[in-house]
Amino acid sequence: MRNKRALRIISGLGGAAAIVAIVPSIAHAQEVSETQAILDNIWVFIAGCLVFFMQAGFALVEAGLTRAKNVVNIFAKNLSDALIGVLAFFACGYAFAFGSGGGKLIGSGPYFLNGEDLTTFPGMDDPTALHLTVATTFFFQVVFAATAVTIASGAMAERTKFSAYLIFSAIMTAFIYPVVVHWTWGGGLIKQMNIGDAVYSDFAGSGIVHMTGGIAALMGAAFLGPRIGKYGPDGKPRAIPGHNIPFAILGVFILWLGWFGFNPGSELFADAFVMTVALNTMLAAAAAGVVTTIVIWAKAGKPDLAMIGNGVLAGLVAITAPCGAVTPMMSVVIGAIAGVLVVYSVFFFDKVHIDDPVGAVSVHGVCGAWGVLSVGLFAKYDDAFLGREDAGLFYGGGIDQLAMQLVMVLVIAAWVAATTAAAFFILKKTIGLRVTAEEEMQGLDILEHGLAGYAPDMAHT
Amino acid sequence: MKLITAVVKPFKLDDVKDALKAAGIAGMTVTEVRGFGRQGGHTETYRGAEYQIDFVPKVSIDLVVDDANVDTVVDTILTAAATGKIGDGKVWVTDVDRLVRIRTGEEGADAV
Repeated sequence: MRNKRALRIISGLGGAAAIVAIVPSIAHAQEVSETQAILDNIWVFIAGCLVFFMQAGFALVEAGLTRAKNVVNIFAKNLSDALIGVLAFFACGYAFAFGSGGGKLIGSGPYFLNGEDLTTFPGMDDPTALHLTVATTFFFQVVFAATAVTIASGAMAERTKFSAYLIFSAIMTAFIYPVVVHWTWGGGLIKQMNIGDAVYSDFAGSGIVHMTGGIAALMGAAFLGPRIGKYGPDGKPRAIPGHNIPFAILGVFILWLGWFGFNPGSELFADAFVMTVALNTMLAAAAAGVVTTIVIWAKAGKPDLAMIGNGVLAGLVAITAPCGAVTPMMSVVIGAIAGVLVVYSVFFFDKVHIDDPVGAVSVHGVCGAWGVLSVGLFAKYDDAFLGREDAGLFYGGGIDQLAMQLVMVLVIAAWVAATTAAAFFILKKTIGLRVTAEEEMQGLDILEHGLAGYAPDMAHT
Repeated sequence: MKLITAVVKPFKLDDVKDALKAAGIAGMTVTEVRGFGRQGGHTETYRGAEYQIDFVPKVSIDLVVDDANVDTVVDTILTAAATGKIGDGKVWVTDVDRLVRIRTGEEGADAV
């Protein structure tokens, strides 16, 4: 049974000090060994490294599922959004997310980590408190921020103006995503809600990270419009096959590996539950991949590998919220349902003329929402957010948890949809969101970047 | 001298090359090409959407031979490239006005 962690609110120095000040009477003056604190920090750092490498996975999936003439642009976007994301989150994103100075809507705290004590282990007299230094917390959170923004890149591939994407990346990591984090992991709006005994639970961010990225992806694709040639004169969707399926599947493997940092790292302790979370993550991905294979094979007549790759990712996104609260068997069920959802979702968005070259809206948006909701159905254990056992509908917890999860989905979706729509609208009206038709047809590589992805081997010897 | 061009199924390239070498042909140029003839294209699906492959991948072989060898070479290609199924490709023969070997400057039959 799970060792209950009383409080899962990550705070800046002020917040951490405040919590310690409030709870000493509860703690049984049980000291935490420095070795344990170091292990916690090292594990979360390694997990953060794995999450950071997911950037490579996102880049490969997107590049593989699009055309060779845009491959430089795609790698440029995936590199630049990480560069901008790190600096924007450092400048103000982290403060908006975790700063103890603000209210329930937005945090405010030291900007640029200015004056933060980076090296002290907090909560050393309380085994249930987090022992991560500010430096560890920032490192782990900044790689999540970079993930949230890069999700949108795939849906906007092959037609977005590079400069507009850079500005969007900054807005996303400086403001839109940090506010979502503040409302949840930061202790704000959604954290303070409850329906009966039910409080929100999103262990590693199916909603907070993936659905946020997925909704931004949906808005981006909608404001851009479909790629030239994606729809025939009769309005029927046409396939634009990716130029490098090995890239795409290597990307899926890298993302899958990265998820073993994303979910188990979100335990935020080096403890026995890390491996449970890893196990659930592994199972959900496998189940989703198998089910997607069956569904697409039955529907299209062929086991379409690009779709199966989406299926694996769909399972990973879905298990991201419930991975700390469900049994291994239910992880298989949650993954399997995601494996069905993703196929029908890709078909649906294709039909309604949302041109999403990599399926980011379906994988991260739809299956992110499913992951959050699945907690309300399948939660058995207390994942340190739920605060109780058997919260899920199928474990006798009633409808409250599901309702709370739904509220969370709606609040995040509304916020992200409204703010990203405003951002894309303003970009469209000012510097322009989309490249010219000429540039789109010739490819973005030469005209945007002056560089071919696969240059002919004609150099002077 | 004649230029012989053969468009064949890609997996038949090795057979054609081996047969031509066995027939004493000393060189050839190979190009990956796409096209369609009576075989036509076919429909595939990708992420649920259909797309038509009108241009099927083939390999084009070019070789210049002495007039005396034309029939032998054409027959060799016909035998080696045939599967009997639709899409086996074509062979055609064109006149060559002049042929020069770049390294030595040899011309005509000497340059074959």
